[in-house]
Amino acid sequence: MRRYFGRKLLIYGLTFFMAVTVNWLVPRLMPGDPVASMLARARVAQPEAQEALRVYYNNLFGFDLPWWQQYLNSWGSLFRGDFGISLWAFPTPVADLLTRAVPYSLALLIPSILLSWVVGNRLGALAARRKVLDNTVLPVSYVLTATPYLWLAALMAWGFGVVWGVFPVAGGYSFSMTPSFTWDFFVDLAWHWLLPFSSLFLVALGGWAIGMRNVIIYELESDYANYMSALGAPQKLIRRYAFRNAVLPQITGLALQLGVLVAGALVTEIVFSYPGLGSLILAAIQNKDFFLLQGAFLFIVLGVLIANFIIDVVYVIVDPRTRVGMAGAAA
Amino acid sequence: MRNRATRFLIPIVAAGLLAAACTSGGTPTPAPGASAPAAPAPAAEGGAFPRNETLYTSGTQWGPPANFNPIREWDSATGTKGLVYETLFHFDPVAGKLTPWLAQSGSWVDDTTYEVKLRQGITWSDGKPFTAEDVKFTFELGKMETVPYHNLWNWLSGIEAPDASTVRFTFSKANYQQWDFNIYSRSIVPKHIWEGRAEKDVLDGINENPVGTGAYKYHSHDQDRVAWVKNDTWWGKAQLNLDPKPKYIVDIVNSSNEVAMGLLLQKGLDLSNNFLPGAANLVSGNFGITTFYPEPPYMLSANTAWLVPNTTKKPLNDAAFRKALATSVDVKKIVEGVYGNLVKPASPTGLLPQWDQFVDQAVVGQKGFAFDTDKAKQMLAAAGYKDGNGDGMVENKDGSPIALKLIVPAGWTDWMEAIRVIAAGAKAAGINVEAEFPDYNALVEARNSGKFDLVINNERQLSNSPYTYFEYVFQLPVQAQQNTVNFARYENEEAWKLVQQLDGTKTDDIEGMKKVSSQLEAIMLDEMPVIPLWYNGLWSQVSSSVWKNWPSSEGSAPKSAPTMWRNWLELGGFESLASLQPVAP
Repeated sequence: MRRYFGRKLLIYGLTFFMAVTVNWLVPRLMPGDPVASMLARARVAQPEAQEALRVYYNNLFGFDLPWWQQYLNSWGSLFRGDFGISLWAFPTPVADLLTRAVPYSLALLIPSILLSWVVGNRLGALAARRKVLDNTVLPVSYVLTATPYLWLAALMAWGFGVVWGVFPVAGGYSFSMTPSFTWDFFVDLAWHWLLPFSSLFLVALGGWAIGMRNVIIYELESDYANYMSALGAPQKLIRRYAFRNAVLPQITGLALQLGVLVAGALVTEIVFSYPGLGSLILAAIQNKDFFLLQGAFLFIVLGVLIANFIIDVVYVIVDPRTRVGMAGAAA
Repeated sequence: MRNRATRFLIPIVAAGLLAAACTSGGTPTPAPGASAPAAPAPAAEGGAFPRNETLYTSGTQWGPPANFNPIREWDSATGTKGLVYETLFHFDPVAGKLTPWLAQSGSWVDDTTYEVKLRQGITWSDGKPFTAEDVKFTFELGKMETVPYHNLWNWLSGIEAPDASTVRFTFSKANYQQWDFNIYSRSIVPKHIWEGRAEKDVLDGINENPVGTGAYKYHSHDQDRVAWVKNDTWWGKAQLNLDPKPKYIVDIVNSSNEVAMGLLLQKGLDLSNNFLPGAANLVSGNFGITTFYPEPPYMLSANTAWLVPNTTKKPLNDAAFRKALATSVDVKKIVEGVYGNLVKPASPTGLLPQWDQFVDQAVVGQKGFAFDTDKAKQMLAAAGYKDGNGDGMVENKDGSPIALKLIVPAGWTDWMEAIRVIAAGAKAAGINVEAEFPDYNALVEARNSGKFDLVINNERQLSNSPYTYFEYVFQLPVQAQQNTVNFARYENEEAWKLVQQLDGTKTDDIEGMKKVSSQLEAIMLDEMPVIPLWYNGLWSQVSSSVWKNWPSSEGSAPKSAPTMWRNWLELGGFESLASLQPVAP
């Protein structure tokens, strides 16, 4: 058991190191100088003032150091928990921007991933047993899973927001509200959350339903199911066993799909101008905000790694065979 | 037990939802013991802005309101300057004169001394009186090297405040045009709060809870909005007879023009200063949305879009070639085809319509240019550019091929279409111009360091004086990095001397200004350091569902600029807000 998790942690550590390095490198390979574009936005008229500002900001952000020193410094500040200052929303610290955006992203991601997984699996399991359901759920699921997040989101924003006008098209909460712990505000928050959540939920739902249906059918036709059936076990019991076996590949699938889901959520946020990480990343790319981009990606990498780790743990819990296997290996 | 997985997933989902709901407020709201948001509570006062008391605006901010620092005129929250911090004067582009604001009056007592008399009875929003010391302190902040108006001190020698309502500025060299620009552009900050701030805090400080003299005070902000609340004790109510009706002004951060359009159509936005490509259809369709003019060009003009040639590169270093290029551009096609008549073609001098009186029509008639492909071909031939290899495109005089790249930022769809038209026009005349769309930052780098052939630029807004326009075109010396002006890297000592001479002409000496302008226009049309294309609009779409009496060309409506754009509140934007009336009282 210890060896299993030790190996996993080592892999995660390596992934983390690589991710941070790539995050550091990629923005710096983009063409253009961030301080120059910051000053271009500033539109300071006088050349002397421009030059003074340029020198000042290059020094402030450490762009005047050799690249290897910038790289080492970035690791140093990372371990101090310092993400630096955003160039785009200067002088807001990146950490501030992230802590404000992360709750919105999590509020979309966690419920949509987990609910779509749970509901999708149940739906798929049901579809595998009933002809009528199989003929309806399956085609709908195929359409949903093939739908790009972006497209469904744009369609929903246009349909429900602009044409019918029943849902808001932008923002985390109404522009007429200020955050407060009131029922009204909570309802408003949920109202703005519902469309982006639904678009994520629906697309993910289809994939899980199809996967589950196929695995269940496979399990129901497997030897153990036939054997139990021959022994006269009730159909309900056989299905329960089949379901428990079928869930395992779905858990692995969840781990594999996490990255895709996160990417989908980022795009969805941009479509609904939902104030989460996705909108931040877009702005960071457009404004060459190295530090914000690094910070946002770091959050995502950490999130995906932690989620993967949790799934590893869950796998050990739900699949007794892994535990037995590990105990055997340790002995 | 049916399914172990779902059984322990459900509590996680619930916890995740609850945690998200509790923290999604955005701004950290200290709410002790508020762990159960689901409990119904009576609608708290101040929890929401009443629609009929709130003005919603958008189109200025593209990032979160990161600071309230009026020194940072380029990225402080919309309204920091104009709503909270005020300037000594405003400038009225329609009448072409300064309007006293914090100042009662201002005048040149001799050629190098300017005296400002301040209004009585103005207080800062913290109750302290506003005095001459605050004005003196603000302008002296410019002695710091990184303060944007630092260069003022190259020709300003000293400031005195002989009494609480008088400020006297002494100059070593009086640049009258620039000075007028400064007195309506610089926000006055309170000395009692800003005193002792280090240079770093003055330039980079967030300046939370801004204390100003203005008609509005800070209310709240989040990453996608900033809200201002009316200052009931504002001095202007009595002294200017202006009383802005909106109790709250909420400025929404742009995420995209599509979102702005959606909000406008849902009546959630009163004033949109975004560029909306189909604005003409919005006005003619029955959407309740209006613009300044009910017919083309729909918008007031805000700045000129130029085709900027890199005059250090062959063949763009040849004025005759530049003129031929200018003659090959079909601006009418851009105005009609790309913009649907939302913009106006520029005059050959490029001076904005508000500066018409400074355009010397005789010079324009003699030296001006107009679109004519055949004439462009003749001009090229006359200047010695010939098509030697028969590919339909002319070559350099030494026979080497010409291949020019015209760049605009990727994603700026109107400009991208426009430069396709320009490239096609140039090719028809025999000049090989290719349209390219680099990323914005790459374009800025190429433009500033002079590593480009042709670029479109419009970074000079309307101001009090054509001086700022000519400064943009002719400023010397050319440096390694040209960040804001003279991207063409055009060097002409004589023209730059004339620009400085214009700067040294008193602003009430209209004839003197006209004389110098006329000479500069002649140089401009002979040399074509930049090629004026069209006047970009002061994009402004308004909805009259909650607020009426918006500026319009029709009837007795106000004629001021309907905008919240940076540095425009002093150019009539504030006056537009102040004249709004509620639709339902």
